[in-house]
Amino acid sequence: MDFITPPYLTQDISIRRIMWRVLAALLPGIAVCLWLLGPVILAQLAIATLTALAAEGLMLRLRGRPLAPFLGDGSAVVTAWLITLAFPPLAPWWLTVVGVAFAIVVAKHLYGGLGQNPFNPAMIAFAVCIVSFPALMSQWPALDAGAGFGERLALILGQAPRLDALTGATPLDALKTALRLGEGQVGVAAATADRAVFGHIAGRGWEWVAAGHLVGGLWLMWRGTIGWRVPIAFLGGMTMVSGALWLWQPDGFANPLFHLFSGGTMLGAFFIATDPVTGCTTPRGQLIFGFSAGALACLIRIFGGYPDGVAFAVLLLNLCVPIIDLYTQPPIFGMKK
Amino acid sequence: MLTAILIMALGAVILGAALGYASIRFRVEGNPLVEKIEAILPQTQCGQCGYPGCKPYAKAIAEGEAEINRCPPGGQEGVVKLADLLGREVEPLDVEERPRQVAFIDERSCIGCTLCLQACPVEAIIGAAKQMHTVAAALCTGCELCVTPCPVECIRMEPVREKIDGWKWKYPVFEITPSKRAA
Amino acid sequence: MSALFQFNGGVKPATHKARSAQTPIDTAPLPTLLVVPLHQSIGSQPRPLVRAGEHVKKGQRIGAADKWLSSAVHAPTSGKVLAVEERVAAHPSGLSALSIVIAPDGKDEWIELEPFDPATLPPERVREILRDAGVVGLGGAVFPSHVKTEAAKTRALEALVINGAECEPFMTCDDRLMRERAEGIARGVAIFRDLLRPRRVLVGIEDNKPEAIAAMLSAVEAIGEDFTVVPVPTRYPAGGAKQLIRVLTGKEIPADRRSPEMGAQCFNVATAYTAWRAVAFGEPVISRIVTLTGNVERAGNWEIRLGTPLREILPLMRPKADTNRYIMGGPMMGFELPSLEAPIVKASNCIIAGSPSLFPPPAPEMPCIRCGACARACPHELQPFELYWFARARNFGKTQEYKLFDCIECGGCSYVCPARIPLVQYFRFAKSEIWSRERDKASADAAKARFERRQAREARERAEKAERLAKASERKAAPASTAPNDAAPDETEAARKAAIAAAIERARVQREGVQAGNTGDPDATRREEVAGAGIGQCRAVDAPDAGQDSRREGQ
Repeated sequence: MDFITPPYLTQDISIRRIMWRVLAALLPGIAVCLWLLGPVILAQLAIATLTALAAEGLMLRLRGRPLAPFLGDGSAVVTAWLITLAFPPLAPWWLTVVGVAFAIVVAKHLYGGLGQNPFNPAMIAFAVCIVSFPALMSQWPALDAGAGFGERLALILGQAPRLDALTGATPLDALKTALRLGEGQVGVAAATADRAVFGHIAGRGWEWVAAGHLVGGLWLMWRGTIGWRVPIAFLGGMTMVSGALWLWQPDGFANPLFHLFSGGTMLGAFFIATDPVTGCTTPRGQLIFGFSAGALACLIRIFGGYPDGVAFAVLLLNLCVPIIDLYTQPPIFGMKK
Repeated sequence: MLTAILIMALGAVILGAALGYASIRFRVEGNPLVEKIEAILPQTQCGQCGYPGCKPYAKAIAEGEAEINRCPPGGQEGVVKLADLLGREVEPLDVEERPRQVAFIDERSCIGCTLCLQACPVEAIIGAAKQMHTVAAALCTGCELCVTPCPVECIRMEPVREKIDGWKWKYPVFEITPSKRAA
Repeated sequence: MSALFQFNGGVKPATHKARSAQTPIDTAPLPTLLVVPLHQSIGSQPRPLVRAGEHVKKGQRIGAADKWLSSAVHAPTSGKVLAVEERVAAHPSGLSALSIVIAPDGKDEWIELEPFDPATLPPERVREILRDAGVVGLGGAVFPSHVKTEAAKTRALEALVINGAECEPFMTCDDRLMRERAEGIARGVAIFRDLLRPRRVLVGIEDNKPEAIAAMLSAVEAIGEDFTVVPVPTRYPAGGAKQLIRVLTGKEIPADRRSPEMGAQCFNVATAYTAWRAVAFGEPVISRIVTLTGNVERAGNWEIRLGTPLREILPLMRPKADTNRYIMGGPMMGFELPSLEAPIVKASNCIIAGSPSLFPPPAPEMPCIRCGACARACPHELQPFELYWFARARNFGKTQEYKLFDCIECGGCSYVCPARIPLVQYFRFAKSEIWSRERDKASADAAKARFERRQAREARERAEKAERLAKASERKAAPASTAPNDAAPDETEAARKAAIAAAIERARVQREGVQAGNTGDPDATRREEVAGAGIGQCRAVDAPDAGQDSRREGQ
C-alpha cells in the first residue's frame, strides 16, 4: 500500500498544465506572425522546439534524472517558443539552435534544472546572441519584400545570401538611427512619418504581433495563471519613463504608445517578467520587480547601444530578486499593524 | 611622491590606532570558541572521546589537539556541525553510531554498593548504601560509565523506545520515477 | 448584524458532504471490547483509577485529570477491566499508548448521575465538573474546555465564538448535531457564556448548512438567549478557530498569543453540547458523534462509544471491497489510522474509508517553480514555498525566521501545489524536528548543570578533607599516640572489604544460578529432567528451582 500524506484531496492542477496554458496564450501572437510572414514562423518554432527537447533530454540523462516527467512538463517548449518569438523571425537556423541550446543547457540545467535557475533562460539566450551576433540579431524581415515561403525558408536554412532587400532594422532601431543621424535636426514626428515602416502606432505589422501577445497575456491573467502585478507594473514602468521623456521633449522621444507596442514590451511584460522561477514572489516585490524592469528596459532601448532593452532589464532585475524578496516579506496573519 | 607616502603612513597610523582601540574595547574574556563547541557536544560527559567530560574535549578541539570525530553520542550529525563551525573537513565518526540508550539496573541483583552512584557524571542514579539503586531514565545520558564499576554486573544499557509524545514526522521522501507517473 | 471579515487564501475543495448529511444520528451497538486510551486530550496523561479485574459502571471515572491542564476519562459502558496496558493508539505513528481495556457485560449500567442546575453553581465548581466529566474540544483539537473557560485576567472577553463551521470535506457530524440537538448546544453555549461573560456570543456556521443554521436560530430563540447565529462563506479552513474568530470579529490571533488575551474565545458546537450534558445531567463524555463516510455502502453519522475499535464499526459503514485505508478526521488534516484495532477517541470526528480511486496516490513531487499558489492559499499569509525550501534543506533556523510555527497545517498549500509537493508534510517534519532538538538541548543543558554541580561539590569535599587532614596532622605532631588510631580504620576497612567481597560472591552465584536456568549448561541430573519433561516446560519449571538452589548454596 502506498504511503500517502495528508491532505488526501488535491486540486487538479500541475506544472504541465500551467506550461500548456502559457503555450496556448502565445498562440495569438504566433497567429499574427503567421499572417505577416507565412508558415516560415512555424518552421522556426519547430526548429526551436526540437532543439529544446533534445537539449533537455540530454541534460536530464547526464544529470541522471527521469526523462518522462520533466520532458513532459512543457517548460523546455515554453523556453523554445519564447526564444523564437523574441529572436528575429528569419534568423538563420543555427542562431536559433545556439540560443535555445544555451538557454536549456547553461541557463537552466547547469543551475539545477526546472525551478532552480536564477535567470530567465530565454533572456539569457537573447543576451548571449545579441552580444555575439549583433548584426544577425538586429535584422528583421521587411514585410514588403514580397518574398514567398520558399525564399524565407531558404533564408532561415542559410542557403540564400542574407539580402538587405529581405531584412531590415526594427522600428525601434530605425527610429534610433534616424534620430542619431539627424543630430537633432530630424524630429520624431518626421522620423516616424513613414507608415510603411512605422505603421499606425509602433511599426507596421509588428504592432499587431504585440497586440496578439497582449491578448494572450490578458487571457493568462484572467485564468489566474499569472498575477496582475508584474505585467501591469512592467507596462507602468515603461509608460512612466517614456512618457516623462516624451512630455519633456516631444520631438526628441517617441510617445509611450510607441514603446508599449514595439520591440519585446508585450512579450516581456506578460511572458518573460512573469516567469515565477526567476521573478519576485512577494506582492510588493512583484510590483517593484515589474516596474523596475519596465523602466530599465525603456532606458536601455532609448539610451543604450542595443535595439531593445527588455532582455537586459529582466536579467538585471533577476539578479536583484533575492534581495527584493527579502525586504518585501509581507506581514503574516496576526502580525499586521 | 612624499605626499603619497605621508598619506599612506597617516592611513596606516589611523587604522592601526582603530584596530588597537577595538581590541581593547571589544575584548572577549575566555575563549568563545570553546563555548560554541561545547554547545554542540551532547553533554553526556561519558569520556568516550578520551577526555574527562565534554568541556575538556571542547577545549582540546579548540586548541587543535583533538579530532572532531571522537564523540559517539553526538553522532555523525555532531561531527558535521563541528566541521561547519570550525571550517574543518567532515570526517566519519571513528566508532560506530548507536541508537540512544539509557542504563537500567536489575533491581534483583543490586547490592547497594553505591559504586555506580559515584561513577555517574550527571547524578542520574538514585540510591544509598545497602539500598537498592535505580536510574532516573529521564536524566540518564546513556554514557555507560556506570556499567563497568558495578561489581555484580547488574547494569545494562537499553535502547530508548520511541514514544508518542516524542514521535517525529518523517522527512517526506518521494522518488521521482517514470513508472509512478502512470498511476 | 455586523459585517463579516475576510481571511486570506483558503481553498474550496469538493465537499462530499451530501452523502452523509441526510442521515440522522444513530446509536452504534455495544462493541464486544472497548480500548479506552487514557490520554485523549491536550495536557498531561490522566492517572488510571482502575486495575485489571475490577468491575466498572458506565460513566465511572477510570482516569483522573492529573493536573489542571488535563481531562478525565470514563468507562463507556459497564463491564470488567481486562487490562491496563499499552494498546495501539489512534495516532499516525502506529505507536501504542496506555489504555484501559474493558469487556462490556452487556448491562450498560450507569453510575449514579448527579445533575446540577448550572445557574446555581459557582464558576469554579462548573469548571471542576467540566474537568471531571472529560469535556474537551471535540472539533479535533481536544483542548480541555475547563481551561479555556478561564477568562483572561487582563481584559474582558468581547466575543465568544461558537464554531459550527465544519469546513473539512466529508464531515457532517456537527451539521447533524446542530440539526437534531440544537437546544442542547444552545444551553451549553449559555454555560460557557456564564463562565466567560463575553460582550456577545456569535455562532458561526458555513452557509452550505442552511438546515443547521435554521435549527440553531430557532433553538436560540426558544431558550430566549441573545446569541447571534451567523452564516459564514463556505471556504476551507473557515472552521479553524483563528479563521472563524477573524471572520466573525475581525481579530487576528498571532501564533504566540492565546485568543482570550485578544478578547475572543472559541468552542466547537459539540463541545458545548457535551458541556451541557455534563453539567445539567451529570453525564461524562463517553461517546461522540462520528461521521462514517467515504468509500462505503452506507454513509452516516453515529453516536459511538469512545474506545470502540475501528474493526467494530466497519459493519456500520460497510466499506467497499477496494477500500485500502481508513482516515481519521477530514481529508485535509486527518491521518491514516495505523490499524483496525485503533479506537475511536474524543478527537475522532470522522472516519473516511479511502480507496485508490477516492484518494489516488500522489503524483511524483516536481521541483518548486515558485508560482506562489501556496502563498495565495495560505490562511496565515505565510510563504510556504520559502518554508519548504528551508525545511527540505533542514535549515531549521531559517524556517523559524519564516514563521514556521504560525503554520496551522491546514493543508491548503499542498492542495493547490501544481508541483505536487507535500508541503504540509515538510512543515510537520520540520516542526517535530525542532521540538525534538529543543528537548535534546534542554536535557543536555540539564545534564551539564548537574555534572558541573557535582564537580563543584567534589572539589569542595576534597578541599574540606584536605583541611581536616591538615588539622589532624597538626594535632598528631604534638603527642605520639597515633598507633591505635591507625589500626582501627584498617580493621574496619578490612571488614568492609570482606563484606563487599561476600556480597559480590553472593550476587555472582545468584546470577549464575538464574543464567543456568535460562541459558543452559545443565548438570547431569537436570539433563535427565530435561529429557523427561517437555523442553518448553522445562525452562519455566527449571528457572525458579535453580535460583533457589543457588541461593541456598550462597548462604
